[in-house]
Amino acid sequence: MMFWDFEWTFEIMPDLLAGLWVTVQVTVAAYLMALVLGLGIAILRRLPGFGPTLHFVMEFIRTTPLVIQLVFVFLLAPSTVSGMTVGILVLGVHYSAYTAEVYRSGIEGVDQGQWEASRALSLPASRTWGAIVLPQAIRKVIPALGNYLIAMFKDTPLLFAIGVAELLTEAQRVGSAGFRVVEAYTVVGILFLLVSIPSAILIRRLERRYAAV
Amino acid sequence: MPPSDTPQTARPQGVEGDALIVFDKVVKRFGDLTVLDNLDFSVAPGERVTLIGPSGSGKTTILRLLMTLEKVTEGLIMIDGEPFSHMQRAGGMVPANESYLRARRKRIGMVFQQFNLFPNMTVRKNIIEAPVHVLEMPKDEANARAEELLDLVGLGDKIDAHPTQLSGGQQQRVAIARALAMNPEILLLDEVTSALDPELVAGVLDVLREVAENTDITMLCVTHEMAFARDVSHRVLMFDQGQIAEAGSPDQIFGDPKEERTKTFLKSVLDNGP
Repeated sequence: MMFWDFEWTFEIMPDLLAGLWVTVQVTVAAYLMALVLGLGIAILRRLPGFGPTLHFVMEFIRTTPLVIQLVFVFLLAPSTVSGMTVGILVLGVHYSAYTAEVYRSGIEGVDQGQWEASRALSLPASRTWGAIVLPQAIRKVIPALGNYLIAMFKDTPLLFAIGVAELLTEAQRVGSAGFRVVEAYTVVGILFLLVSIPSAILIRRLERRYAAV
Repeated sequence: MPPSDTPQTARPQGVEGDALIVFDKVVKRFGDLTVLDNLDFSVAPGERVTLIGPSGSGKTTILRLLMTLEKVTEGLIMIDGEPFSHMQRAGGMVPANESYLRARRKRIGMVFQQFNLFPNMTVRKNIIEAPVHVLEMPKDEANARAEELLDLVGLGDKIDAHPTQLSGGQQQRVAIARALAMNPEILLLDEVTSALDPELVAGVLDVLREVAENTDITMLCVTHEMAFARDVSHRVLMFDQGQIAEAGSPDQIFGDPKEERTKTFLKSVLDNGP
């Protein structure tokens, strides 16, 4: 038995690429959710009354394992909700606990004088946030947010636990069906690298570009 | 800018009856620290008042209270005969809420020591932001006004620059234009030249002299520029430890100070000053 079978590798490629496509879809959808939800949480936390509750919820999310959150929600969800939907929701909410912290640090990094100038001009809260504070805050945290995109991408194999046909699940399936797993898992590793490395380079570039404010 | 219709004469001191701004037994504490201690004073419409005194004497806090960046601990601030720090509720006075303040704060503008321009906006956007979104001025009109104001501060060619491309003095002149764009009745100037390199101070003060001469905006000015204070103000208030140590005309305060504290302070400023 050969250690590496190229023919077999080509045979399983379509299934693995289909798995990669699911992985990318889940990542993009969950990431967008984490970006929006995290921002909402970061803003809400500055309003009186919301801080302690939100802080507790986010601590809870950050201090329990993602895979347990996935399984837990999957088992509780009605059977009509697909594993992919659960995966996107849980990943999105989980990562929003992290992106909210990133936004918070960006918002706190905006000079106090900017708030005071907005107030001195009587600007409504919508303009203070939308035109002054957030544009400055988000610019500063774009690299940090980008890092969470890669982190989230690397966390998608956890969806294996709830049977979503992402990359690892597909590798496991085709590998065990053909009684050859080396090729499948190696290709999975390579595919992850092929996406992660260019993304990381892109983020480093963004970092350099936005560092020069 | 509308021409002044008030004569450039010194105003009577301690006006109460037709006062625009009244501080009535105002106390401001930060924790255990009392910054303003039972402060009473008033400012007449169109009057230009300079606040001097050692740092920590509460001058800047007065401006910040008027800009509603701080809240009074005790006492009352009135503007135009109407409570400002407080509002009438159920027969009594309660601390003013946000919507009450929002309706009244528009009449007041402030220029900060650190300029506080919005770095993510061009000079033009900095100036038209509040007129468009607060006064609901049409964009064309706001733009025309921005150009006019930038000409006034001598920066007509910088309208599309970003604040970071400007020197400190230029940024401060834009900040003055931005404050004036709201047509404030009251302009608060908080050590507006303290953060500037010495060679840039004169340009900013010239702009403010022009504003003082050509408008009837009521001005409260915290500054260490004694020559400027002498030129533009009707009245000088010397602060020490949260209270007014001495008040008088610029000629009297600078020429013939009565209080020992005023003499000591003026001497220290003139010795170390620019």
